[in-house]
Amino acid sequence: MAVELPPHHYLNDGFGIKSWLLTRDHKRIALLYLAAITVFFFIGGAFAVLIRLELATPAGDFVSDDTYNELFTMHGIVMVFFFLIPAIPAVLGNFLVPLQIGAKDLAFPKLNLLSWYIYIVGGLFTFYALITGGVDTGWTMYAPLSTKFSTTRIIPAALGIFITGFSSILTGLNFIVTIHRMRAPGMTWFKMPLFLWAIYATSLINILGTPVIAITVLLVAAERLLHFGFFDPSVGGDPVLFQHLFWFYSHPAVYIMVLPAMGVISELVAAFCRKPVFGYRFVAFSSLGIAVLGFLVWGHHIFVAGQSIYASLVFSLLSFLVAIPSAIKVFNWTATMYRGSVSWQTPMLYAIGFIGLFTIGGLTGLFLAAIGMDVHLTDTYFIIAHFHYIMVGGTIMGYLGGLHYWWPKISGRMYPEGLSKLSAGIIFIGFNLTFFPQFVLGYLGMPRRYHAYPPDFQVLNVLSSAGASILGVGYLLPMFYLAWSLRYGPAAGANPWGASGLEWETTSPPPTENFATTPIVTESPYNYPSPVVKHVA
Amino acid sequence: MFGIPLFPDSASTVAADVDALYFFLVGVSGFFSILIASLIVAFAIKYRRRHVNEVGAQVQGGLLLEIAWTVIPFLITLVIFFWGAKVYFVMASPPAETLNIYVVGKQWMWKVQHIAGQREINQLHVPVGRPVKLIMTSEDVIHNFSIPAFRVKADVIPGRFVQIWFEPTKPGTYQIFCAEYCGTKHSGMTGEVVVMEPVEYQTWLSGGAPEGSLASTGERLFADLACNTCHRPDSRGRGPMLNNVFGKPVQLHDGSVVTADESYIRESILTPAAKVTAGYQPVMPAFQGLVSEEQLLALIEYIKSLSPPSEKAGQP
Repeated sequence: MAVELPPHHYLNDGFGIKSWLLTRDHKRIALLYLAAITVFFFIGGAFAVLIRLELATPAGDFVSDDTYNELFTMHGIVMVFFFLIPAIPAVLGNFLVPLQIGAKDLAFPKLNLLSWYIYIVGGLFTFYALITGGVDTGWTMYAPLSTKFSTTRIIPAALGIFITGFSSILTGLNFIVTIHRMRAPGMTWFKMPLFLWAIYATSLINILGTPVIAITVLLVAAERLLHFGFFDPSVGGDPVLFQHLFWFYSHPAVYIMVLPAMGVISELVAAFCRKPVFGYRFVAFSSLGIAVLGFLVWGHHIFVAGQSIYASLVFSLLSFLVAIPSAIKVFNWTATMYRGSVSWQTPMLYAIGFIGLFTIGGLTGLFLAAIGMDVHLTDTYFIIAHFHYIMVGGTIMGYLGGLHYWWPKISGRMYPEGLSKLSAGIIFIGFNLTFFPQFVLGYLGMPRRYHAYPPDFQVLNVLSSAGASILGVGYLLPMFYLAWSLRYGPAAGANPWGASGLEWETTSPPPTENFATTPIVTESPYNYPSPVVKHVA
Repeated sequence: MFGIPLFPDSASTVAADVDALYFFLVGVSGFFSILIASLIVAFAIKYRRRHVNEVGAQVQGGLLLEIAWTVIPFLITLVIFFWGAKVYFVMASPPAETLNIYVVGKQWMWKVQHIAGQREINQLHVPVGRPVKLIMTSEDVIHNFSIPAFRVKADVIPGRFVQIWFEPTKPGTYQIFCAEYCGTKHSGMTGEVVVMEPVEYQTWLSGGAPEGSLASTGERLFADLACNTCHRPDSRGRGPMLNNVFGKPVQLHDGSVVTADESYIRESILTPAAKVTAGYQPVMPAFQGLVSEEQLLALIEYIKSLSPPSEKAGQP
């Protein structure tokens, strides 16, 4: 039986440009974010391509040193603040939070639209900094390099980060209020899908942590403009104070990036094993545990910055503690597969890829939490490899897996299965080839942010650059076939996966008001066989 | 392997400790990575979906398993924590007798100042088998003095002194990197440590220090800057007597006590009003911006030389 798109859904509820730019529908706002973050992802990716081209040879012969420094700075700023932090919450979270709790929209639909505009204005400031000369301080903007010595466009970039932060705060606030107040009848906290627990934990970090980075970049701008002595020791400031403030936000920010991906993986593993997530409450509370502990470990970024050895010991111990909830998640996902009905469809391939890469990323974090080991590894390519395993191997795998899983719900249509499996494979191989050699480079001692390097390191760098070109192809493919499927993909039907969850109970795409009638929840979130499984053709 | 370097030179006493921890961590990581990967692949094959309406077994969880995979990783991380802390304590605790060398970082070079008077740029000559302590500061931004073969590094921060120590175990030449991003020519801020046999080192040391020892340079500067009009060798000066001060506790006018180490002397030259010795008026002018980092080192070394070696704990 051929499935057809429903006659009325959120995508055909108004067609003009105004119906998008003035929309208050969380699903349309999610798509506005999808368009914007995709643009930023490919801008940030283009910088990465140029970085890997430069590093294919030891000599700094492809771009100048100043250009190289701007490339890795802008790669970091664009990817962290304009792609990784908003990616899953603002796109998938926006789309799914109301659908998964059985609500018509978020608690504050206009505020949600405002968040997107704030994000765009912040992005434009950063873009302005970029085209008028760029920034060369590294995304970490350490003082006094950023406050005194650099001559690049730091103030507009800092303002861009400052402004975009309000978008994170408002979105976080919106999610928290929505999850507290707008759950459908019967949707208790422990009947919520684990994705929502992850989004909730992430939102807490967003509203508590983001103000600190906002203050920090304002202090940088103030010191640059007005020569206050916050950070510059020649006027009585303390440069390490900047690092405390910066990492007080930027370490929790790692969890802003990876917690939502963990939430996605819980959904994928349950749906593609047709089985409840093993140890639901442990997985749910581990999200909150990570959010809380994440605020107490910033000092592990400054073990070699003159921190007292006793402070370093405390931060080291707390950093090891944060590994425990992460390990709990990995073990529970793996156990979920045991006696499951494991499908090898594309989203599950991404989930498996995530678990593998996140495991390596997490385990290499143990190296860095051990102080005596960190001294040798910090500021080398080991760090680069470690955090790319978490942020790219983790967050982007989760994001792409989630995008494929919910694409039929978002667009109403299926993407080409063969091509999507191929690109998942290309991304996995390309990723490992790019970043695994960097662990070895790091132990050899190659410092990060080096425009030129000793010839001994070349073979490993060539491997990494070759991997990056494979990875680039893997990221381009989904953009094309997902766009293609918008028009030519076969209609998906309400629940193409036979998955449980309220979002699969409504049509694909859903109507603007999400559900024809308010759903009443009686079952736990991963209750198989859910009634819909029987309808799968 | 296949011409790919996998492991760096190991040329200091602490390097062996770091490498042992590294191999343990590689073992732990390898074990868990392979465990997880094998389970996932095995489950994905064994429990693959065989017909479209199939569902998995409705298992909710298991408390014993949850406890096991909470407690076991916790115990393993405790082992790593204590091991990492133990290695770090060695790194952070220089022996009592060290060869002290000053390092000043600036965009984009390393300036090395030996106590005997030799100066080097982007090179550091040290003898094998003797603990060396580097006392470092920066003239501008934060740098990081990193010697991968010795497994040590530290941020070199403007406005304060930081220290690292190492004991080279093998003569040879090893790479120095600036590991903290410091601006345009960051990747050019490199150099090398030359580790020499003690005899060769003595020859090198006697090779040339045209201006005399660092302390004698400091003594001339002490007179040129007219420090000696107030800091006199007897107790009649307007400033405190500096003989036998280094390394000793100093009573401040607010009642607190500080140790007269390099950082305190540096601060007392640049911003003397910050910590005034009890019994003296805050009359000394601030030298912030008037003396360079290298002149400061010479002054400090001169003040150190006023304390006889027999009474200076930790000085060669």
